[in-house]
Amino acid sequence: MGEFDFSVWQPSLPFIRDGLLFTLRLTLVAMSGGIVIGTLLALARLSPIVPLARVAGAYVDLMRSIPLVLVILWFFLVIPFITGSPVGAETSAIITFTAFEAAFYCEIMRSGIQSVPRGQVNAAFALGLGQAQTMIHVILPQAVRNMLPVLLTQTIVLFQDTSLVYAIGAKDMLKAADVVGKNYNRPVEMIVLSALIYFTICFSLSLAVKQLQKRVAIIR
Amino acid sequence: MNYHWNWGIFLEPVKSGDETYLDWLITGLGWTLAVSLTAWLIALCIGIAVGALRTTPSRLLVMLGNAWVELFRNIPLLVQMFLWFFVAPEFLPREWSLWVKQDMPAKEFITAALCLGFFTSSRVAEQVRAGVGSLPRGQHDAALALGLTLGQAYRHVILPQALRIVIPPLTSEFMNVFKNSSVAFAIGVLELTFQARQMQEDSEQGIETYLAVTLLYFICAFTANRVMALIEARTRVPGLIGKPA
Amino acid sequence: MIEIRNVSKWYGQTQVLKDCSTHVAKGEVVVVCGPSGSGKSTLIKCVNGLEPFAQGTITVDGISVSDPKTDLPRLRARVGMVFQHFELFPHMSVEQNLVLAQVKVLGRSAEEAVARGAALLDRVGLREHAAKFPGQLSGGQQQRVAIARALAMDPICLLFDEPTSALDPEMIGEVLDVMVELAQEGMTMMCVTHEMGFARKVAKRVVFMDHGEIVEDAPTNAFFDAPASERAKTFLSRILHH
Ligand SMILES: Nc1ncnc2c1ncn2[C@@H]1O[C@H](COP(=O)(O)OP(=O)(O)OP(=O)(O)O)[C@@H](O)[C@H]1O
Ligand SMILES: [Mg+2]
Repeated sequence: MGEFDFSVWQPSLPFIRDGLLFTLRLTLVAMSGGIVIGTLLALARLSPIVPLARVAGAYVDLMRSIPLVLVILWFFLVIPFITGSPVGAETSAIITFTAFEAAFYCEIMRSGIQSVPRGQVNAAFALGLGQAQTMIHVILPQAVRNMLPVLLTQTIVLFQDTSLVYAIGAKDMLKAADVVGKNYNRPVEMIVLSALIYFTICFSLSLAVKQLQKRVAIIR
Repeated sequence: MNYHWNWGIFLEPVKSGDETYLDWLITGLGWTLAVSLTAWLIALCIGIAVGALRTTPSRLLVMLGNAWVELFRNIPLLVQMFLWFFVAPEFLPREWSLWVKQDMPAKEFITAALCLGFFTSSRVAEQVRAGVGSLPRGQHDAALALGLTLGQAYRHVILPQALRIVIPPLTSEFMNVFKNSSVAFAIGVLELTFQARQMQEDSEQGIETYLAVTLLYFICAFTANRVMALIEARTRVPGLIGKPA
Repeated sequence: MIEIRNVSKWYGQTQVLKDCSTHVAKGEVVVVCGPSGSGKSTLIKCVNGLEPFAQGTITVDGISVSDPKTDLPRLRARVGMVFQHFELFPHMSVEQNLVLAQVKVLGRSAEEAVARGAALLDRVGLREHAAKFPGQLSGGQQQRVAIARALAMDPICLLFDEPTSALDPEMIGEVLDVMVELAQEGMTMMCVTHEMGFARKVAKRVVFMDHGEIVEDAPTNAFFDAPASERAKTFLSRILHH
């Protein structure tokens, strides 16, 4: 059994906090952006305009079949060609995760929209609502409510996946732990600390989602 | 910015040595397959066992099974790789620990395969539990009523049915294993993603490199999908198509 | 053969069996009936230990079911059970369904088990269906296979839990015919069923349950001609006149 020295945790906290803030910011931006774009993608996939549905479908399938690490590398490589100038790892990460998660949220929203009974559409039309109004006021609210636990679970996955920005060296929590570990020559202790932080956050969130799931099940 | 396309790059020798870039990618594909397939085998064995345990009447076994799943589900795979690679050896007796750190052959590969296998096992366990749960309770009763022990009932009656039900979700897990194996680059496994980064830096032909690697991952996922479809067709039960089990 | 003494059972707070006592002697047929949710399935599942119970004792052929020292699988192998929803194993052919427990529990050789299975299939009139899968048979055929599967274990008694209530009316007869034949050959049977014709024909006694209680336990004719309780009267009039 090796000797551990956990006293390194104390001086590491400010760095970990800054890293965690970036991780959270990345998660929240990618989640909100991903849900908005994902919903638009879902509408496109379900639209009667065939080319639109095809393009959206192809985008979603593509994103879902490539390893995330590779997507991160792809965006880091390609974004400078589009913007014309190099971007930092952090900006690149935010764009990548938003675009990548949109594909996953799209599939969730799509099944959410499909889970709303057809009768609801008929009822809305019968009241004189237009197509867009029906979608915004009748279908989407129900879709989101039905899919809320799944959306949140996906967000927990997203939170964990942000650690993969390691591949391009963005300064997230894991990177902060890594740097402190190297500086103090205590890498093992810092890995343990980051594992504990990830586990605590994800486990509490998943417990909360389970509670929510029970509540939703009762309401229905 | 302008990009200079060079599709011949794959046949050119790498900067330091007499291999070609194509050789790098082939090596990468080999390690990706090795890590993924080993991990999948581990995941199936452990995942089926843990998933089944979680459906038994024993409170203790259910709790252990749940703990297993929660543990692997709530820590990022990359962090798990680091835990196995850097932290786990510290818990071994001193001589073993030294051996693992310095002399163990194919250390990166073994660590990655174990880590990815355990990680995936928790997801397989979740599917298997749901599959067993979806069987009618009467099947379990009928098996016991014939005098089968609980173990025999699982072996001959419950698991054969549950596993057939969960083939579709397991198919996507199998495809995920190939995708997730890319995380192994971080502990130095020379798999596809590792080679992609290395080739991109060495050749500066990033787009060609990533296109080739993306294509290879596609082929892996597609093959995995076909293999599972074949298994599904082979194990299909006559008279049960489209009916809920 | 089957002795049920003062059995009580709770699901959490609710008591689903209240001090139930009855018995089935060797070679006897006893029919159990009662409204839905009265605890019939629960009681019959207690007999072969599929449901644990909190109080009382049940013995089968002198062996206590709730005794932790009892080898339950061995006891169950000697008590056949037929279920409402057949519960054939859908991933196995009819023949495999009949063979599985004979080989795994009784330790018979495969040939012996196949031969015994074939003989019983013949007996329930399904000889040519051995290679089919349950999903390819009608409900009545499936239930007859399930009876053959129970018989293949050479049981000392049979338990039936509403064996015909999931069947279309035209298939009920074929299953009841097999059951009547078994009764006439002297098989010991405890049957949860609402087939009163069957009860009149072969049952020695009828047990009537309501709200987890055995309200009445009377010889068949006495039960039908003059039910003692008001609850049984209401139940009978509803069953017989619909
Ligand atoms: N797992 C369970 N948990 C809680 N209550 C249960 C459970 N299983 C059965 N019960 C309750 O026990 C009571 C008896 O159930 P049982 O299935 O024995 O009734 P039954 O007489 O067989 O009815 P049916 O004619 O509908 O089959 C019912 O009130 C039922 O709600
Ligand atoms: Mg019942």
